[in-house]
Amino acid sequence: MKVIVDLAKCQDHGQCAIAAPVVFQMDEEGKLVWDGSPDESQRLEAEEAADVCPVQAILIQD
Amino acid sequence: MPAHIAVVGASLAGLRTAEQLRTAGHTGPITVLGDEPHLPYNRPPLSKETLATPGDPSPEQLHASVAFRRRALVGDVDFRLGRAVTGADLRQRRLVLSDGPEIAYDGLVVATGLRPRRLSLPGPVAGRHVLRTLEDCLTLRGALRPEARVVVVGAGFVGCEVAATALRLGCRVSIVEPAGAPMSRVLGAQLARAVQRHHERAGIRFHTGRCVAGILGREHVSAVDLDDGTTLGADVVIEAVGSLPNTEWLAGNPGLDLGDGVLCDNLLRAAGADRVVAVGDVARFPNPLFDDLPRRVEHWSIPADTAKRAAATLTAQLAGREPDPTPFTPIPSFWSDQLDLRFQSFGSPALADEVRLHEGDPDHLLGGVLATYHRRSEHVGTVAINLPPARQRELREAFTALTPAA
Repeated sequence: MKVIVDLAKCQDHGQCAIAAPVVFQMDEEGKLVWDGSPDESQRLEAEEAADVCPVQAILIQD
Repeated sequence: MPAHIAVVGASLAGLRTAEQLRTAGHTGPITVLGDEPHLPYNRPPLSKETLATPGDPSPEQLHASVAFRRRALVGDVDFRLGRAVTGADLRQRRLVLSDGPEIAYDGLVVATGLRPRRLSLPGPVAGRHVLRTLEDCLTLRGALRPEARVVVVGAGFVGCEVAATALRLGCRVSIVEPAGAPMSRVLGAQLARAVQRHHERAGIRFHTGRCVAGILGREHVSAVDLDDGTTLGADVVIEAVGSLPNTEWLAGNPGLDLGDGVLCDNLLRAAGADRVVAVGDVARFPNPLFDDLPRRVEHWSIPADTAKRAAATLTAQLAGREPDPTPFTPIPSFWSDQLDLRFQSFGSPALADEVRLHEGDPDHLLGGVLATYHRRSEHVGTVAINLPPARQRELREAFTALTPAA
């Protein structure tokens, strides 16, 4: 599974970090950091994070 | 034969329900019917990024920038777009379309959402805008030229977002709001006045406590008259005065309560109908997190939350099982970007009778402000302005600790 974030769209809303805290985190400066190839066990949460992104900046690829 | 589920409405709530029906184990056919010509797309950017993107994009390009990705999960869902459902017979389980044959179904999802309320004032039509659809956005983009005189009617969140975007584009922007300071129904008077001062310093002019009495112009809007005799020159009038639920197509079915959206129980079953659920901002349901009074909730998080629960309820019903009786207690949340301010809301601040300021200075919103909202002392909402996103989890989790009212 690949997690791709369109940083041109991302506006650091942080909703992904609530939905999938293992894959996405907001750093101390409020910027997004994420795991681009998370373990398959994270799929449901990663999909949920993509769904709740207000600007739909997250793409999950198989 | 496996049951056929019809989803009426092809926006966020309709899409999420189709996905969740598959997740819940429904294997029969799913048809999603929408009156707009587009596959489901994300509306919040229409008042912000999409409205402000430079260039001259086609409707297709604009749609591509906000379209929801189509998950493999819904690869076999039949999207029928560009045709309105104009009627329904819930006893016979049939839908009537604006054109084409009737559609029979076994289970129905009501996801028809809202449309903008319009000002009922005579005068020219050209130059008057609303903002709900991609086409609305495209038309308005063309009108928001630098130096254009823009009058936004309604200082709710949509009105304020559009005003902020218009200001960024170089327009001269006024907001007319009869009720008082902007967004005061949600923010409360003190914070609302602080936001008004902030926006005024940026250059937005407010006319609060005033109503629009007339719209002037021959072929095209040229000015707006207020009820105190003021006349505001206007090239563009944006009507942001709330929304109406799209439920007319359900009229004539005895037992339904369409007083304000579709009345549902806590599991999102439409009252007075069998195997019918409602989702998104057209659904009026009680949330035991707050009380037992059914309400419609126009927050962005609600379509996904209601979709999940309604899909589980309907799938169980069609399989002849009792739906999961666990109380449905979604935590409403939304955000708003206006100029250099980002609002983040959790819970239902509009229910509050008391606002408590915890952090920050209302005269310096950029530095970050945190307020909690209380009803009879009970915490019912939180609003953060310009707080770091890393704080959101903690703000949201304050609600998961709430005990649902008995």
